[in-house]
Amino acid sequence: MDVLPVLIEWLPYLLSGVASTLGLVLVALVLGLLLGLPMALGQVYGSRPVRWVIGIYVWFFRGLPILVLLFLFWFGIFPAIGLGNLSAFVVGAIVLGLRGAAYQSQIFRGAIQSVGEGQMIAARSLGMSRTTAIRSVILPQAMRIALPGWSNEYPNILTDSAVCYAIGVVELLTITSRMVTQTNVMMPVYLTAAGIFIILNYGGLKVLHRLEARIAIPGFGTGAM
Amino acid sequence: MNSNNVVLKVEDIRKSFGENEVLRGVSFDVRRGETKVFIGPSGTGKSTLLRCINQLTPPDRGKVWLDGEEVTNSGARINYFRQKIGMVFQNFFLFDHLTALKNVELALLKVRGMGKAEAREKALTELRQVGMEDWADHYPAELSGGQAQRVSIARALAMDPDVILFDEPTSALDPELTREVLEVMKKLAREGMTMLVVTHEMGFACSVANEVLFMENGVVAEQGSPDLLLHDPRFTRMKDFIGRIDSRMED
Repeated sequence: MDVLPVLIEWLPYLLSGVASTLGLVLVALVLGLLLGLPMALGQVYGSRPVRWVIGIYVWFFRGLPILVLLFLFWFGIFPAIGLGNLSAFVVGAIVLGLRGAAYQSQIFRGAIQSVGEGQMIAARSLGMSRTTAIRSVILPQAMRIALPGWSNEYPNILTDSAVCYAIGVVELLTITSRMVTQTNVMMPVYLTAAGIFIILNYGGLKVLHRLEARIAIPGFGTGAM
Repeated sequence: MNSNNVVLKVEDIRKSFGENEVLRGVSFDVRRGETKVFIGPSGTGKSTLLRCINQLTPPDRGKVWLDGEEVTNSGARINYFRQKIGMVFQNFFLFDHLTALKNVELALLKVRGMGKAEAREKALTELRQVGMEDWADHYPAELSGGQAQRVSIARALAMDPDVILFDEPTSALDPELTREVLEVMKKLAREGMTMLVVTHEMGFACSVANEVLFMENGVVAEQGSPDLLLHDPRFTRMKDFIGRIDSRMED
């Protein structure tokens, strides 16, 4: 069988798979950011119980294989709490996001802790409350320090997202597998999928590096200048 | 002078870190427009004393009053008092992500609630005070130590403080840069700013200080005009200390 017509015939499906994969990644990254940043603040500035709870969370989500987490939520936790009718896509995105939050919280925690303690002292000496100091002085610096490490989360989540195939999310790998079984063309199809992943990876990192360069400030080496 | 001129009153400040009793009861009054200089060996609590005044390090005992209001145990009102008690640090502690101008503006915007235009105008005025208006758009990493310290003085000035605490403001600077920062501080003293200065610069102390407090082992060991402590035979301890420094420099 000729390969090219197969690919052309399946192109719309492949593209829908790309859209689904990117959707997973985007939701997971944003969810991870929205949860990860407060978690980092809690771990640095929170009370002992707060730090303890966050520590358990991080330990749990970093300690289990992504596939185990997916099955646990898809077959166990979500149905048990009455969310059994969530779509596979939503569950996949949430699990990737919850796991990403654990990793992102540690990126942000390290960044916050690497801001010199003099910054907080100077801010407080001017009469800023701790909250104002964190918001106006610590976080703007910590976010710049964190960005290179944070950018690394994109390829991590992008490649992890393929695991959502296992709970039936119709993403890039799922489409690819269907193509293989229905057309019996194997190598070229998998190579095409691999090529698409590489392009998504490269393109996304390009955007992130541009962002790093845009917010770069003298004295904050991000390596993107 | 009558007691109405007292802007800052420090009474029996004590502070220990673990077993180490750093401050063992320090008291003094500061009159408006006065410059007091604290001199003494390292580890005698001079910097800790300054931090106890604005409660960055809360003292174990003792009280601080600013303009008759108690600063110690003031709860959330401490953020008000800290605006009125400026501080300049040995290592500047400029906000690294902000330009010189924005460093001076930030607290005006976020603490005083000033409008953007007004804050900018005020920040530029303060930068002009310290001769840094041409560097307004530069980031801390682009400034020399002396320039950075002048910006940090402008940042403290912007809050219109009643008193400014200088914690070894020139100790991180070479002699040339030290001179440019001391010039700014002398100018402030002449213009009537109330200042408490921890320093090892005897020249500055002699030419600017209304009073020198020589600290040793957590207490004020000698106190008086620079002339008195240096030349009156009844005072020996600061002279001994300075002699030790000088002989060390000659080695």
